[in-house]
Amino acid sequence: MRPRCVITGIGAVSAVGVGIDETWAALCAGTSGIGPITAFDTSTFSCAQGAEVTEGGKLASARNYVPKHYRKATKVMARDTELAVIAASLAAKDAGITTREAGEDAETTHPSGKVGCHIGAGFIAAETDELTSALVTAKDDAGEFSLEKWGESGIGNLQPLWLLKYLPNMLACHVTIIHGCEGPSNTITCAEASGLLSIGESVRIIERGDATVCFSGGIENKVNPMGMARMTKVGRFVELDADDPEPWRQVRPYDDSTTGAVPGEGGGIMMIEEKEAAKERGARAYAEIAGIGSAQSQAGLIGVCEHADCWGEPGCEVDEGIVSAIGAALRDAGISADQIDAIVPGAFGVASLDKSEVGALSTVFGDRLAEIPLITLTPQVGQMFSGAGAFGAAVAAKAIAEQRLPARLHAGRPDERTLSGAAESIDAELQYVLVCTCSLSGQVSAVVLTRTE
Amino acid sequence: MSDTRVVITGAGWITPLGDDLDKVWQRMLRGESNIRPVEHFDASTFATNFASQVSDFKLSDHLGDRAEPHECGSLATKYALAAAVKAWTSAGFGPAQAQAGGPRSSDHVDPNRFGVYLGSGEGRMDLGNFIRSNYAGWNDETRLIDFQKWEAAASEFLVASRELEQEPAMCIAHVAAELGCRGPVSNCMTACAASTQAVGEAYELIKRGDADVMLAGGSHSMIHPLGMTGFIRLTAMSTRNDEPATACRPFDSTRDGFVMGEGAGMVILESLEHAKKRGANIIAEVAGFGSSADAYRITDIHPEGAGAAAAMRRALEQAGIDPSQTDANGRPLVHWVNAHGTGTKENDKTETAGVKKVFGDAAPSVPFSSVKSMLGHLIQAAGAVELITCLQAIKTGVIPPTANLKNPDPDCDLDHVPNEPRDCTDAGGVDVCLSNSFGFGGQNNTICVRRFAG
Repeated sequence: MRPRCVITGIGAVSAVGVGIDETWAALCAGTSGIGPITAFDTSTFSCAQGAEVTEGGKLASARNYVPKHYRKATKVMARDTELAVIAASLAAKDAGITTREAGEDAETTHPSGKVGCHIGAGFIAAETDELTSALVTAKDDAGEFSLEKWGESGIGNLQPLWLLKYLPNMLACHVTIIHGCEGPSNTITCAEASGLLSIGESVRIIERGDATVCFSGGIENKVNPMGMARMTKVGRFVELDADDPEPWRQVRPYDDSTTGAVPGEGGGIMMIEEKEAAKERGARAYAEIAGIGSAQSQAGLIGVCEHADCWGEPGCEVDEGIVSAIGAALRDAGISADQIDAIVPGAFGVASLDKSEVGALSTVFGDRLAEIPLITLTPQVGQMFSGAGAFGAAVAAKAIAEQRLPARLHAGRPDERTLSGAAESIDAELQYVLVCTCSLSGQVSAVVLTRTE
Repeated sequence: MSDTRVVITGAGWITPLGDDLDKVWQRMLRGESNIRPVEHFDASTFATNFASQVSDFKLSDHLGDRAEPHECGSLATKYALAAAVKAWTSAGFGPAQAQAGGPRSSDHVDPNRFGVYLGSGEGRMDLGNFIRSNYAGWNDETRLIDFQKWEAAASEFLVASRELEQEPAMCIAHVAAELGCRGPVSNCMTACAASTQAVGEAYELIKRGDADVMLAGGSHSMIHPLGMTGFIRLTAMSTRNDEPATACRPFDSTRDGFVMGEGAGMVILESLEHAKKRGANIIAEVAGFGSSADAYRITDIHPEGAGAAAAMRRALEQAGIDPSQTDANGRPLVHWVNAHGTGTKENDKTETAGVKKVFGDAAPSVPFSSVKSMLGHLIQAAGAVELITCLQAIKTGVIPPTANLKNPDPDCDLDHVPNEPRDCTDAGGVDVCLSNSFGFGGQNNTICVRRFAG
């Protein structure tokens, strides 16, 4: 039998909290983290609010989470990387694992060569002010951008390590350096599917013995000018005024009137550990990873491609990719759809995606879908893209450990085929919880978590 | 854990030296390159103004009528599609059966058991409209962006499809749609290590039983103004603007950086059982995969090549090869190590140190050359393209040279196969190769491939 994997630590970072305890309390209380954006002036953006990660009223900073000698390095971290560094540090602590973070001479829980790191990441947007301050030095006499001047002198106005701030693998890179992870490390970039695909990869790597424990999950920051402009263009975000006092009411997954989510930032990084090794060191396990699966969808893509017909049908009735990925995860877990007690779905709040997602869930679960609680997180934490699936898995693991469902915020009337309307947090018997997300480019990933004995 | 064997049954590439497997190979054996001043944009004033570019590429030359739905894709996506279709066809999955618009499909593979794992890079930024928006928002006095003005410009200028096509998972979306894949998918970005990692993890997916067939590889083009800018600022590229053709000099004491390249490499991986059942032509067997992280510094490689050595060791261990051993004729068991060999001061030295660590006393007799001297560095596509050179070496029994190696660096004192290819047919051919790829940021990956021996 192949080795099994458990989640022994959670680093959840989102607009409702930094750390899993704060996050869980907020989710159970039905708090939403969506509010006015402080990072830059969004007053004229069509979606003017978002879900930022704050601490003490300020944007959370990695400076408070890295060893002293590493503080300087936070200057070359994009926001995505800062959030990953925070989440990783929280995850290790939560798992009671000592890593190189404690010092070069610290006695680490696991040998460095057996510590892996898989952090899904998005397309990191260049900081607009930083890049533009250099770009404006390359204007020609007519005020247009001149490649000639850029090559001559403009380039020199960027900081030397500029590129290294924006490579997606920098999230994992900084985490591996801080924590001394010398095992396999990867950066999966499949938008919303990245986090769960990363968890799947950690599981496979632990199964084959290449690592004993992995930092695993996904993080992204979409509360940035380019990210927001880009995703607004492709129809992912709802129109939302800067002074709307209850912005979460506009995010209504599976409701006919839904028009989008709001940008979020953060995600989750977990410590996924080989079960016997975890047991041996007396670690607490939130949940066991029972099954993983992924598939390609031809339907997830929003039809912005001029020749959308090459993608199958965006907004079709059933996203077969989701059906396949869930099927693969259930098979991997050796269980049937009847055994799933709760689902953390994509809950995009985008009409075409919601429709094909519900279609897919109905195909898998039949009429019983209306009785399976959906844990829909977008009204509370916004859309975290590469962070979303991993955050969903973190919440699912905590829910299993607590045998409790978080509250559900919903200001509308969702599709009757689903159990996704507003609800208080309640105790629940949760043996198996399914987490599943589909990306804007059609990759689907599913993970089944289960209770540990 | 698993005794599933995995073989390679198809390969395709788009490289600066061409797109035909054997013709490109012949050019490499002659030490040729296609490294010239940049043609994609005016780079004449850039500190590095040359690159290793793909010439005369048209997607329709490779996809015919099926190209049109993909013309909205980025250059990296188009290279990927062309290489993927070559690999697909060479694996015997047949020509397109469906009409333009629908996915390709094959009687030989169940779409639910067919996956894609790529290490493809991001698409090209829509620089013109990006800069227009930024200029419109810039306030010269505060030296900050006025985001009200910026937003007005951005929402006017930015084009939805061009923005979407930059997303790093769009390449795999196009490829998966074209080939009708419905099985496991993933795309990774570990910089220069990405496509080796993609092939390695695809191999592991098949071993785990998650798929019968995987298309794996990578695609990338950073030959655009901001791509070149980033590496110029890192002083990682050669600045030998007056002699581009011989600028890339791995292991040479005069080396001054890598040469930016572009392209795509794709292979079809298949469980041996599946390949046999359909009577596929088996090119080679994947014998092992090793992956590690330096966990050292964001800018520097571990000085003793510890991470590189760990990746090579793991790949060899999985392949059941003891690197210190030789065969009855005293020949090392690894016949060629395809070096990451970028031509930067640091990489070549530390990689050499890593090889010495792994092979010990046998190291000086292990051929260890870098085809980047001719192809340039295809960044995320490099690993897969170079893996295909290993397949060609196994097929022909010849090891490609490190070109431009005139003044050996005393710190790189292994057998770098300088300037001339080495014909190993008399020694029994080339049976086992290692292919190394190491990424900026410390991700190291090594694949071991071996001649399929039944």
